[in-house]
Amino acid sequence: MLKINHIAKTFNPGTISEKVALTDVDIHLDEGEFVTVIGGNGAGKSTMLNAISGVFQVDCGTIEIGGQDVTNLPEYKRAAFVSRVFQDPRLGTASTMNIEENMALAMRRGQKRGLRWGISAAERKMYREQLHMLDLGLEDRLGSKVGLLSGGQRQALTLLMATIRTPKLLLLDEHTAALDPKTAANVLTLTQKLIEEQHLTALMVTHNMKDAIAIGNRLIMMNAGRIVVDVSGEQKKALTRDQLMKLFEKASGEELANDRMLLS
Amino acid sequence: MERQGCIRCSLLFVGGMIVELIKLINALPGAAAQGLIWGIMAIGVYITYRILDVADLTVDGSIATGGAVAAVMITSGWNVGVSLLAAFLAGVLAGLATGLFHTRMGIPAILSGILTQLGLYSINLRILGNKANMAISVNNFHLIVSSRNARQMSLENPILILVIFVAVLIGGMYWFFGTEYGCSLRATGANPNMARAQGINTETGKVVGLMLSNGIVSLSGALLAQYQGFADVGMGRGAIVIGLAAVIIGEVVFGKLFHNFALKLMTVAVGAILYYLVIQVVLWLGLNTNDLKLLTALVVGVFLAIPHWRSRLVSSARRKGGQHA
Ligand SMILES: Nc1ncnc2c1ncn2[C@@H]1O[C@H](COP(=O)(O)OP(=O)(O)O)[C@@H](O)[C@H]1O
Ligand SMILES: [Mg+2]
Repeated sequence: MLKINHIAKTFNPGTISEKVALTDVDIHLDEGEFVTVIGGNGAGKSTMLNAISGVFQVDCGTIEIGGQDVTNLPEYKRAAFVSRVFQDPRLGTASTMNIEENMALAMRRGQKRGLRWGISAAERKMYREQLHMLDLGLEDRLGSKVGLLSGGQRQALTLLMATIRTPKLLLLDEHTAALDPKTAANVLTLTQKLIEEQHLTALMVTHNMKDAIAIGNRLIMMNAGRIVVDVSGEQKKALTRDQLMKLFEKASGEELANDRMLLS
Repeated sequence: MERQGCIRCSLLFVGGMIVELIKLINALPGAAAQGLIWGIMAIGVYITYRILDVADLTVDGSIATGGAVAAVMITSGWNVGVSLLAAFLAGVLAGLATGLFHTRMGIPAILSGILTQLGLYSINLRILGNKANMAISVNNFHLIVSSRNARQMSLENPILILVIFVAVLIGGMYWFFGTEYGCSLRATGANPNMARAQGINTETGKVVGLMLSNGIVSLSGALLAQYQGFADVGMGRGAIVIGLAAVIIGEVVFGKLFHNFALKLMTVAVGAILYYLVIQVVLWLGLNTNDLKLLTALVVGVFLAIPHWRSRLVSSARRKGGQHA
């Protein structure tokens, strides 16, 4: 479903603020794989997700989604395949537009937008039903500005919007990190439910190692702009925190050894 | 004797007051008509400034372009309707130029607008046949609006005609921004990252918005030229500030009242009328016409600062609250 072939990305090349964010990322995802992504701050997790969604062009390598090469497609065209939920709840919705308008925008992701009316009555009914499932009381507030909602409500709405038109790939970038623990747990449960129901292929960045182990059917760990740990299948099911720490130490230790070799 | 003089004196005073008041009242229809024309212009500004969140300075030039195109076409025998349409399209082209500067050449929006505005000055002079202005007298041509009819009770009264214009324009805007495409433009202004994530081409959206906005502004210029009886290459100087004034006055006066999009656009038009009524009163009170632009700049500056001041007040209050807690 997703093929990332040896991509790299350096920000501000040739300047004092030059920053190598991805050194060499190479990963293939099968349809229905739900991958959790962990790694330290600045490891390149967000950069990888942004590269996939086309926020910027990569320096080298190719990206394929559902068999189509999207490496040179602009961000808005990749939206036909990819949907996203960001860390900041304000980023995923338009706060000055109301709930149904936001959902109608998501409903038309990757579709042609013409001069038909922006929302139909049938859609509105469907939105109300979908919102009802969230159990947040939003079904009675279709006309409320999204800016009035709490962070958790906005994030739940963003998730709903990301899956209202089934994407080939769902990207979640620490989408529960800005929420309080209880809300975060609810949003995470909703995430799992939506992904399972629609059998989505997804990448979910999290800073919570426990979640990363417990959720999904594959786990990758990033360090210094590359993927250093990749476990799936039975190994992922049996994975423990200690094992993961060891794997990480081994991977990053090798890196240190490599660096030393380079320096000598 | 003394008492009589006093009565005569106060009679004279009251009489003078009445004369002055009548002067003001006589000036009000004209102010309302001008306000309506600038209301159309301000609706154009609203599209960029409020909907797309782009500060577009092209308008100072495109309003004069509209005036020039209409004046030249009407004086060379074209029908008013065709001339208005041509003025609209000329404005659309001006918006396209700014949009391309901004999105295809990566020039900041404000600077893109300034570039187009500067270039338009030369173009407008050319349209006017290398003259700074051109008369279109209502005596010689059939015009759709003229200041001469401002106090006439007839179907030719510009206020009536302009109210119809504004109503049709607001209806059209309400429809357009309710369509799928219009919604995508609103999303582009509200949250460009989200818009792109939903598959919206935000760059093209900005260009389309700038084109539409400047088309409307140019149309208002075509109406203004007819209303005042001439087009002038400098008729758009400071137009953006008047447009902003209308938007902001409308929001400050009616902001909490209306949430419906059509009503919001109406408040913009009413804001422009209020602006011209206030200007009329200020002039009546004895202010020099030459000082108007300074006054406008100061008033708009203060209104633009209000949200900033308000948020500073709120956050400092919160800080103090935090210390007590
Ligand atoms: N747009 C950008 N411009 C410059 N540097 C960036 C940009 N985005 C990310 N970086 C840098 O790239 C590195 C990886 O960042 P990121 O992918 O955000 O890490 P994380 O794994 O914490 O999500 C960091 O050092 C970050 O500072
Ligand atoms: Mg990150």
